[in-house]
Amino acid sequence: MSQATVDTAPLKRQKRNRVLLQLTCIAVSLFMLIPIYLISLAALSSRESLNAFPLSLLPTSFSFETLNAFLGSTGVFGALGNSLIVGVGTLLLSALIGVPAGYALARFAFPGKEPYQLFLLFARALPIVVLSVPLARLFLTVDIYDTTYAVILLHTALALPTTILISASVFLGVPHDVEEAARVFGCSPFGAFMRVVMPMALPGIAAASIFTFVMSWNEVLGASILTLDHRTLPAQVLTSLADSPLAYRFAGGFALVIPSIIFIAFMRRYLTNMWGSTIR
Amino acid sequence: MTVQAPPAPAKAATPVRRRSVPAAVWLIGPSVVFMTLLLGWPVIEGVMQAFRNEQGFTLEFVTRMVQDPYFWPAVRNTLLLIAVMIPIQFAFAIGMALLLRANPRLNKVHFFIWAIPLALSDLAAGLVWLSIFNDRGYLNSALAWLGIEGVSWLAYDNQTTMFICVLIAELWRATSLVLVIVVAGLQGIPKDYDEAAQVFGASFWQRLRHVTLPLLKPSLQVALILRTILAFQTFAVAQALTGQNFPLVVGETYRWYTGLQNPNVAAALALVILAVSMLTSIFYLRALREKTQGGTR
Repeated sequence: MSQATVDTAPLKRQKRNRVLLQLTCIAVSLFMLIPIYLISLAALSSRESLNAFPLSLLPTSFSFETLNAFLGSTGVFGALGNSLIVGVGTLLLSALIGVPAGYALARFAFPGKEPYQLFLLFARALPIVVLSVPLARLFLTVDIYDTTYAVILLHTALALPTTILISASVFLGVPHDVEEAARVFGCSPFGAFMRVVMPMALPGIAAASIFTFVMSWNEVLGASILTLDHRTLPAQVLTSLADSPLAYRFAGGFALVIPSIIFIAFMRRYLTNMWGSTIR
Repeated sequence: MTVQAPPAPAKAATPVRRRSVPAAVWLIGPSVVFMTLLLGWPVIEGVMQAFRNEQGFTLEFVTRMVQDPYFWPAVRNTLLLIAVMIPIQFAFAIGMALLLRANPRLNKVHFFIWAIPLALSDLAAGLVWLSIFNDRGYLNSALAWLGIEGVSWLAYDNQTTMFICVLIAELWRATSLVLVIVVAGLQGIPKDYDEAAQVFGASFWQRLRHVTLPLLKPSLQVALILRTILAFQTFAVAQALTGQNFPLVVGETYRWYTGLQNPNVAAALALVILAVSMLTSIFYLRALREKTQGGTR
């Protein structure tokens, strides 16, 4: 330790850089977390403490009053149910249509593969507004306007390209050899798929499904254009935005934020895999 | 818009491939039908809604759209938001991805926290920041604790602060999308290149400019396209933060459809978004084209 002859300047500089790196990371994390902390604080404080002016920045008056009032107000509970129905419906329908297509994309060479992929990229880039307004009229003519089915169909259309691309990349990660081995030992193509490929692909497919659910849970515009009485939660919050007290809005924001954190916690290991492989 | 099978390659396919064609068709078919019905048809229907009334072709709805006093402010706000937000967002995301690559302590935790907004809707983000920016919100409270007089951040006559509030909320929410794509891209780049450049004495900026960024180009291209198209669709943030005071194009579509009960003008506005989104994608694809690009994979 006492060899003073060694030049320690680069070491010191490196140490300082490490400290700086840690501090920057912590600062960015704080920027991400503080708003979530504050909305939770707002949603979990009593009504009179929300009316005070310098609002307390620490959890001093913890109560479920605001949140209960939000959940008890008309339409919110039903909207929560609708959101779940639409989310699960979208997840199932897009998996049902998208996973086979993803498998085909990963395993087979077929005529029209290139145009199909281009079509998927184009479909993925299609803005929601462009679909919602005409779909509202189409759904009116076939009499499913203002139902959860209408929203499920819209959300599936939006999620399908991504589901196909993600599941294709998941299946690409399953070695072809194991499937062939299963075939050699007498599995039917479907049996090989169900018993060998699917178990290996399942975690990735599950992550893709959560992703679909999140997209459906978050979608605001289409859901509020396609429904009147059967609103999903975001649509309900959006339409009652103008004539509701601040406490209601904060509770609404909190109710939308919390599930998202849980979703991300579930699929955090797949975040880069999914995006990383869909993008090329 | 449907997928048409080019006839020529089918004949040239090997016997093995020809056998697998029917299976593939069965697997792909439902998705093609579904997307044609629910993506292709509405787009055509939308064009009809925007340009046709009972008499046939008309520009009536387009004129009404353009003459609406909110239209040009909405276009201006949307473009301004994108022009300011996208560069900042990409600088942040690349910076954050490089921070993570430098392997700080707890980098998994940091990445998780930075990815949380990925699953947030823009409505939720707007409400979150509303609790901070409203007149009696947390920002003004914090200022009051420090003895500074607050500002009406979201007041109608404060266009600049309103813009900054929307910008911050969108930066907070949507940077994580770019971050995740860039992180995924960085993972695909071997560290050897960077280290080689370092050995030859390249400075940090030189390595970033000449090694890392060029290799990241495909990821950045996709992130740019996705992010810009999504940014054109921003509206619930502004709706939650400012009501109608900060009009954006998609917000106008919503207003024409629900408030003014005019689906035709709403469809015309939606087509504006579609056209602009397509043009930007094409622009990005051309501007960032790779020299050795062979298809989509």
